[in-house]
Amino acid sequence: MTTLRRTALYAILVALALVFVTPLVWMVITSLKTYDAAQQIPPSWLPDPLAGYGYEQVLDNSQNPVLRWFLNSMVAATLHALLVLVTASMAAYALARLRFRGRGVLFALVVGTLFIPPTSLIIPNFLIVDTLDWIDTLAVVIVPGAASAFGVFFLRQFFLSLPRELEEAAVLDGANQWQIFFKVVLPLSKPALATLAVLSFLTNWNDFLWPIFVLFSPEMLTLPPGLGLLQGSYVTDYPVIMAGAVLASVPVLILFVLAQRHIIQGVSRSGLKG
Amino acid sequence: MADVIEVGAARGDAPPPAAGAARRGTSADRAKRATPYLFLAPYLILFGIFGLLPIVLGLWLSVHQWDFQLPNRPFVGLDNYTDLFSSDSAVYADWWQSVRATAIFTVLSVPLLVVIPLGLALLLNRSFPGRTFFRAIYFAPYVLGVAVIGLLWRFLLDANLGLVNSLLGAVGLPADTPWVTDVPWAWVSLVGVTVWWTSGFNAVIYLAGLQDIPAELYEAAKVDGASAWERFRHVTLPGLRPVLLFVITTTVLASANVFGQSFLITQGAPGTETRSVVWFIVEEGLRDNDAGRAAAMSIVFALMLAVVSIANFRLFRYRED
Repeated sequence: MTTLRRTALYAILVALALVFVTPLVWMVITSLKTYDAAQQIPPSWLPDPLAGYGYEQVLDNSQNPVLRWFLNSMVAATLHALLVLVTASMAAYALARLRFRGRGVLFALVVGTLFIPPTSLIIPNFLIVDTLDWIDTLAVVIVPGAASAFGVFFLRQFFLSLPRELEEAAVLDGANQWQIFFKVVLPLSKPALATLAVLSFLTNWNDFLWPIFVLFSPEMLTLPPGLGLLQGSYVTDYPVIMAGAVLASVPVLILFVLAQRHIIQGVSRSGLKG
Repeated sequence: MADVIEVGAARGDAPPPAAGAARRGTSADRAKRATPYLFLAPYLILFGIFGLLPIVLGLWLSVHQWDFQLPNRPFVGLDNYTDLFSSDSAVYADWWQSVRATAIFTVLSVPLLVVIPLGLALLLNRSFPGRTFFRAIYFAPYVLGVAVIGLLWRFLLDANLGLVNSLLGAVGLPADTPWVTDVPWAWVSLVGVTVWWTSGFNAVIYLAGLQDIPAELYEAAKVDGASAWERFRHVTLPGLRPVLLFVITTTVLASANVFGQSFLITQGAPGTETRSVVWFIVEEGLRDNDAGRAAAMSIVFALMLAVVSIANFRLFRYRED
């Protein structure tokens, strides 16, 4: 590449990066402004004076207990990811490696549901969680989503790609299927399990449509419906709203920085299945 | 495909020695035969209750007048369906307005979400220092939830206090565009925000596809004197076809299921003009307590999406011939 072309390439890359990043930077800048500073027209690029106002409002707030929402989101997303890992890995192992009657039909049924838009099942699912008396409890945002076929499909593909030799050797050593699953297959699948855990955590942390209809009490909300409530009570008090948005973003942005490889790989692999 | 081959191979295998030796009916044998089902049980319980049951229940609900508040839920046959298509029913106008809103959003957003990420992927599909960094930056908005980006853009697009109008004003353009309260601006906003939010996601899928195209094909095309455009047209695009089909199909589905953007950014404005189908369904079913009608809408909507997806597949299959 000539110097000129290289310079042009970087100019484009940096310009695009600014488009993607400026809104996020603006969120942080605004969260550090006072109410008056955020009402200025045109807005200033630096929070002057630098203020903890937005965060004070958000962190000490009995009507909008943002810290509680943060905790709820953390608990829900963590337990959801664990539930997905346990149930999907066991089912995927059976579908990839064990022989039993009805395996083909079952797999077709599970994969078939991947083609049904989850939004079209919201109304009946509401009725089901209502019957279970789960409305307005954290179970309602932890459990139903784990029925998704994605995890099973994703891990089954991974298990099928593992060499069979190690498992066959374990069988010769007298291991049963449980021992093979826990001692041979799972340790070999750490990267895939990590990817699925991170993706499940992100999906659950960010879920908005379902929780706004099944969680009501201020102290039961997760962050996404909570942010909606915050916008409703603060309207144009943007430092407060942006402080809430920053608190909801920080954990997933940290997770993204730490697990970038897993997230990107998970996404690109989901494309190749098609 | 892999499944068929694998099942065939497994059937051809001799049974493992332990199973062959065990007698039918011994408890060890029974335990062994139960093993696959024990592995499956935890997931199947979830899948049964929250994956399969709602499908059946949705069909059941759709032929009843079902109010969460009322004890009587009479069977009404196909009324919930026919209401959606008869212009004198109470729900007709709102329903078709939401279908129209969803169609506009989908038709405007999908081409951009197919082309722009492809451009990003082509830009990133070469080796230069900082490649991984830029890929991460472009992908970053996608890891944020719709609640965060909705609140953020509602603010950025605020006609008075927003950064967008202030930047436009700074370069001498009109600084008073009502981005979130009037059409056509509301459509521009919803589509623009969605492009900003999810382009990185599609770009990463394209990148994986681009890396699967053998470098020799490009070398051969270069030797034959093909220009950059000809290489793109005759090597890149054909190599990307399966990935392109995947991106188009999933993007159409994602766009058609739009909810959070219009719920939070335009809040349906002006009036309910930007209210999407998914929003209208949950509103009807969970706020107005008409679960039967909402279930019927869900099913009609799912069928509409199925038709669009099948059309996509056919279009691409024919092009391949």
